[in-house]
Amino acid sequence: MKINGKDLSRTYYRRSEGSNIFTAVKDVNIELSPGELLEITGRSGSGKSTVLNMLAGLLTPSSGTVLYDDLDIYGLEDKERSAFRNEHTGVIPQGQTALSSITVLENVLLPARLYNREASEDDAMELLSFVGIEGLKDVYPDQLSGGEMRRLSIARALINRPSVLLADEPTGDLDDENTKVVLSLLRNTADKGTAVLLVTHEEDAREYADRVLKMNGGILKEY
Amino acid sequence: MNFIKSLSFKNLKRKPGRTIALVLLSAFLAFSVFGGSVVVLSLRNGLKSYEARLGADIVVIPNQARSKGTLDSILLQGIPGYFYMDNAYYEKIKEREGVDIASPQFFLASASSGCCSVPVQIIGFDPETDFSIQPWIQESYKDTISDNDIVVGSNITIPVNKKLTFYDLECDVVSKLSPTGTGLDNAVYANMDTIKQMMQNASDLGFDYFEGTSPDSAVSAVMIKVEDGYSIEDVNNDINIHVRRVTSTPARSMISGIAGGLEGVSGTITVIVVLVWILGIIILIVAFAMISNERTKEFAILRTMGASRKMLSGLLKWESFLIGLAGSVAGVLLASLVIFPFAGIIRNKLDLPYLLPGIGTIILLALGAVIISVGAGLIASRISSSRTVKNETGLILREGA
Repeated sequence: MKINGKDLSRTYYRRSEGSNIFTAVKDVNIELSPGELLEITGRSGSGKSTVLNMLAGLLTPSSGTVLYDDLDIYGLEDKERSAFRNEHTGVIPQGQTALSSITVLENVLLPARLYNREASEDDAMELLSFVGIEGLKDVYPDQLSGGEMRRLSIARALINRPSVLLADEPTGDLDDENTKVVLSLLRNTADKGTAVLLVTHEEDAREYADRVLKMNGGILKEY
Repeated sequence: MNFIKSLSFKNLKRKPGRTIALVLLSAFLAFSVFGGSVVVLSLRNGLKSYEARLGADIVVIPNQARSKGTLDSILLQGIPGYFYMDNAYYEKIKEREGVDIASPQFFLASASSGCCSVPVQIIGFDPETDFSIQPWIQESYKDTISDNDIVVGSNITIPVNKKLTFYDLECDVVSKLSPTGTGLDNAVYANMDTIKQMMQNASDLGFDYFEGTSPDSAVSAVMIKVEDGYSIEDVNNDINIHVRRVTSTPARSMISGIAGGLEGVSGTITVIVVLVWILGIIILIVAFAMISNERTKEFAILRTMGASRKMLSGLLKWESFLIGLAGSVAGVLLASLVIFPFAGIIRNKLDLPYLLPGIGTIILLALGAVIISVGAGLIASRISSSRTVKNETGLILREGA
């Protein structure tokens, strides 16, 4: 599945002494193809995550469209868009994102269970094995390290075999060893045919990416 | 159970402190609404029952017993007592204009000495004229109450041999009456000949109850039905004016005092329940709002996985439902543990007729309390979480990252 973000802008209203309108992202055009690992880099607050969230269907653009193949996802009602996201998109949000009330295995199965999809425990175990934490399937997330938590997020994002994987700072606050593990997992995922968008300011990520774009002041440019 | 329900349950299980606090709050609400409504209804039932059991338009008692407390303490609190006037007063009263039926009653307190099995109030009636006690007895005993037969109030325990002795007169217990929620439940009932025999025996045994009146001609009270076409007030005044040394009181005024007390107690209970609910609902809304805020990131994560807003609402709804259900059932059970075993103490403390409603009504009240408490939790949860659920996920992730 190909993603095409056209003329994406996002503005926020805020009370300030100058203009009350803050433009986080301005006229961004972006394409992501199956099997491609696209990296967006840039400083904190440059608008990288805003672009990712708009592409994920989680943040309505102030203007512009997001097309999955020919489908404008913001033309869908919330219920339909949510179901679409569940089926076609895997999102790895920033920070610690596991649900603390369920085990690692249940966390991985969560996206499938939301819509009674067919993913079995075997599928989940296979993914846990892929990310290297199969021995932790029965523990609760509060017993995981930062690196293990990120690997859990990757496994969870892949459980429905999405066409698109959107990863927001998946290596933030990880040590070098875990950073390499996570980036390798994303590369492997892209190699299997998934379109992967990686938002990061990790220098080492470039060697894993097919293409790198840079975000600066809400404007996206070739790196 | 679908996945959202299962996730709700796990969320509650993994946060025991938060869950217990909310369950306790919900239990508090259910306790107050169920407990309050059972007490208020019991008071209303008690008044109705008392009114029905009194059955008369006018009650006449000797002046020596005019402190209403004496009659009230016998009829309401079941404290054994006695007072007498000569039968001649009864004869005068029944001849007054407007009196349709006049029936004498006889009150005797059993003694705690060996001549009596149990210390209780004994009430005698004249089978020929009685219109207030016999209809009640007939609800549980269809035959005639013969000499030396007694019927006992609902609070009296019947011995295995079904015999009780009062002033050396052994009587057969032929039936037990339905409860009234008043002191009448602590009394035993006998016909006129039986109680006269007891009174004579008491006198012979040296109990000086009668103060110069012969036990044979002693009467404690006269219950009056007023003839159609006459006003109760007029007949009452006529007796007070023309029959000396007695006090005539319309039954309605006896009841109105109790009704006033009942309204006061019911009003107080209602105000307390309303205050508890206002406070409880505010606390619930604040608690759910705090929890929703605390869980904003969790909801955003679920949204990234494809959970719709409706699913998030469903999750919160189920959690609130489970909390409300557990809390309200606990609250109703706790209230039951206080209200039913201690009904006697509550009645004594309130000093008012107190008759618990039937099991059907209690079940309906319990169900009502559960439904109202669960509903309150659902509404509080919805009010406090609607903003959280409607928030744009991208904004939450951006703020919470």
